[in-house]
Amino acid sequence: MSGAEILQCLRDRFGPALLETHQDRGDTTAVVERRELLDVLRFCRDEPTLGFDMLMDLTAADYLKYPGREDGPRFEVVYLLYSLPHNHRVRLKTRVDEDDAVVASAVELWPIANWLEREVWDMFGVRFAGHPDLRRLLMYEEFVGHPLRKDYPIDRRQPLIGPPA
Amino acid sequence: MGVGSFFTSKLDEAIGWARKYSIFQYPFVTACCGMEYMATACSHYDVDRFGAGLPRFSPRQADVLFVVGTISHKMAPVLKRIYDQMTEPKWVVAFGVCTCTGGFYDNYATVQGIDTIIPVDVYIPGCPPRPESVLDGLMKLQDKIAAQTQRF
Repeated sequence: MSGAEILQCLRDRFGPALLETHQDRGDTTAVVERRELLDVLRFCRDEPTLGFDMLMDLTAADYLKYPGREDGPRFEVVYLLYSLPHNHRVRLKTRVDEDDAVVASAVELWPIANWLEREVWDMFGVRFAGHPDLRRLLMYEEFVGHPLRKDYPIDRRQPLIGPPA
Repeated sequence: MGVGSFFTSKLDEAIGWARKYSIFQYPFVTACCGMEYMATACSHYDVDRFGAGLPRFSPRQADVLFVVGTISHKMAPVLKRIYDQMTEPKWVVAFGVCTCTGGFYDNYATVQGIDTIIPVDVYIPGCPPRPESVLDGLMKLQDKIAAQTQRF
């Protein structure tokens, strides 16, 4: 399936929940309404013509100081999907604000989302509703803040942790 | 100088001489500096000439801790525990700028110098240090071992 066909398939099914779509040099992207995100992801996985059986990556981006996006929703959570049977890809995004940074968890769809969502929580402070075990993945528990946020001071020193007694 | 002090000072020297030529290192290798550490250990630079040719991979058998490579905050408790497990007498070498000061990793994840966690005897800067600098640092450590008051 070509990128245009994938987008058309999603548009036919979800219509206005697709806020924005674009294609650039073989990359197919759709920005999805947060409320519909889980449904879109499930449709992508279960619809036989799409067949996105693999969640390649789940990450986020902070648009705090991005030109033109200063007052828009701060974070974008990005899902990179791949279909083994069809050998095609799609990138889905959803936008969340800082004071309401919660996205539905995709763990029930792809178990790999468990660690990826923990990483996004750790680095960006975006929470995932329904995640079975939302702890920090890379940093330690005593760590304060979320280091990949654009307003995290680059030279902030964190408390050192000692060996467990 | 009385007979007693003559005896202990000469004994100190003898033990220092023995200790500086029988360095059993514990290589705590976490990053790219490890390649340079290996180059130093291999035949071309031959660290065995200085009596430091036998790395022990148990801290309980080692007396010089070589911290080779970037130490992250999450690794810091491990390094501290390794140091605590070594028996006296023990020395620590900070190998490479990351262990000396954090190097260019001035960020949220990296310990800004291992001397914030454990005492360090010799700092070998460089990114990574050439084997010549490593051997120079090792010789400085030997001088320090030989010159210090030996406890036993």
